[in-house]
Amino acid sequence: MKRNIPLAICLGMGILMMVQFFVPHPISVGFYDLTTKWVRIVAAFALVLGVGSFVMYHSEKLRRRRPGWFYSVVALVAAAVSTVVGLAWGVKQTSPLQNYIFTPLLVPLNASMFAILAFYMASAAYRAFRARTKESALLLIAAFIVMLGMVPIGAAIWHKLPDLAEWILSVPNMAAKRAITFGVALGGIATALKVILGIERGWLGGGKQ
Amino acid sequence: MIPFLILLLAAGPAAPPAADTTAPPVQLVAAPAGVRAFDTPNDQGKSITIQWTAGKGGKAEAWLVERTGPDGPKVISTNAAGDIGYLDEGVKDRVRYTYRIAAVAGTDTAWSEPTPPVASSPQLFNTARMNVLISMLVFFVLVVYYIETAKRGKNLFVRRIAGLDAVEEAVGRATEMGKPIIYVPGLGSVADIATIASLNILGEVAKKVAQYDSALLVPNRDPIVYTVAREMVKESYAKAGRPDAFKQDSVFFVTDQQFAYAAAVDGLMVREKPATNFFLGMFWAESLILAETGAQTGAIQIAGTDQVFQLPFFITACDYTLIGEELYAASAYLSREPLLLGSLKAQDYGKLLILVVVVVGSVLLLLSKTPAFSVFRNIAGFFNIN
Repeated sequence: MKRNIPLAICLGMGILMMVQFFVPHPISVGFYDLTTKWVRIVAAFALVLGVGSFVMYHSEKLRRRRPGWFYSVVALVAAAVSTVVGLAWGVKQTSPLQNYIFTPLLVPLNASMFAILAFYMASAAYRAFRARTKESALLLIAAFIVMLGMVPIGAAIWHKLPDLAEWILSVPNMAAKRAITFGVALGGIATALKVILGIERGWLGGGKQ
Repeated sequence: MIPFLILLLAAGPAAPPAADTTAPPVQLVAAPAGVRAFDTPNDQGKSITIQWTAGKGGKAEAWLVERTGPDGPKVISTNAAGDIGYLDEGVKDRVRYTYRIAAVAGTDTAWSEPTPPVASSPQLFNTARMNVLISMLVFFVLVVYYIETAKRGKNLFVRRIAGLDAVEEAVGRATEMGKPIIYVPGLGSVADIATIASLNILGEVAKKVAQYDSALLVPNRDPIVYTVAREMVKESYAKAGRPDAFKQDSVFFVTDQQFAYAAAVDGLMVREKPATNFFLGMFWAESLILAETGAQTGAIQIAGTDQVFQLPFFITACDYTLIGEELYAASAYLSREPLLLGSLKAQDYGKLLILVVVVVGSVLLLLSKTPAFSVFRNIAGFFNIN
């Protein structure tokens, strides 16, 4: 019973959503909007579980003085302060949460993490472009042509270089991307079908029974 | 001759002809032609499409659309000169309306004849998606056929996927080194197929981790994914006969902020120095931040995503990468469950079918340039999805 009810709901909803895709009638559109709201409601409840997990994980880490426990103090204090400020003054654009926490702290921190990507790209590119194998040598040559073809100096070296770079991007690169996209699309449909038909039951909590 | 010339010069220039006051006034702009109004196809109703073409004569500078319904005539839109249609979404279903279009140039306005009455209504089937329905049905038949074949016990060949073969080795390595395994189920929601696939793999990995008595850490970004992941890991430990080995805090929620999550997982990798990292699911800009940090800590890394733009980052920074559909195939590959393998075969034949369609379609499109095969010139239109 514990498994059959979720499987029946999944089968029913899966078929309904498939049918919905082909029916433009307002009842069908209304049903889609309604289920989207359900998802949001379920997510809101799950967030409570998420916050519970967050507090438990960091409290436990702090209690046992595990490596990096100090960061757990920062995480718990930050969460508590944000919650109190948010509940007391709201979350509007002019609220203290926005003015003192979100804009001056969270936004720059996010931007800093994103900026780190540039350095990681350089180190990853160095590793990828060492041309130790035929494939990486090919990658190095292709990347070199594309990078040069995209900047004015490329055209100055050889006027056909931008065209060659464009060809690499729009022919072999695009062909590979499309092949992956076809596979992903079919794989997605097959996985969805397996879940709807109850063949794939991993999402129920591990394996079939 | 000379007297004749003198007479001609004396007569002076010829007088202009008198204006013809009986001629009709010059029409500056022509009324639009071929005006038609019809219920917008494949929609949820409350919409009528009006189309027209420019009339022969003066060019219009703008078009006026007039609707006549139970409330009488009303100009509902002024369209630019280049427009040849208008979507009226201010109508009620099953109420009859007529439309007129006026061509406007300066102060001159020329109205078309009113269209026959038309009423909007919602449709029950989107005919523009017929191609999707046909493709889906064909694929469903393939899936069901191969699942039935697998049920009959036929041995189905599945090509080797190096990244999945390495799972056992990766878990074993963690056991030998006495270090944990970090499993990142991506940053997608549970509604994403890649996340579902990742959770299925997590179940198999958790089973092996339980058997080998290694440690597993599963940081989550989505609270629903966290809930499902925790249940899956718990269940896998139970299935492996080691329910007592499951630790509640091994699967935990971090944050739903993308880069805060990336920072937290990076920190975890740097502190814990895991033996193995799994990055399986949906990833965006944080993919390289995670994979590169993991590579620097010396962990074996197995990644997989269906996000085409993140694949190069994973291929560069990880030891094994599951490309696109290989991620979906993983649970079938790892569990060797005949039913799951059956659907995998259907995927392969589906791809073969697409390949055949692409090749045949391309040839027909090329041939359609010749008069004998011109019937195929719109073949590409069949594959459009609206």
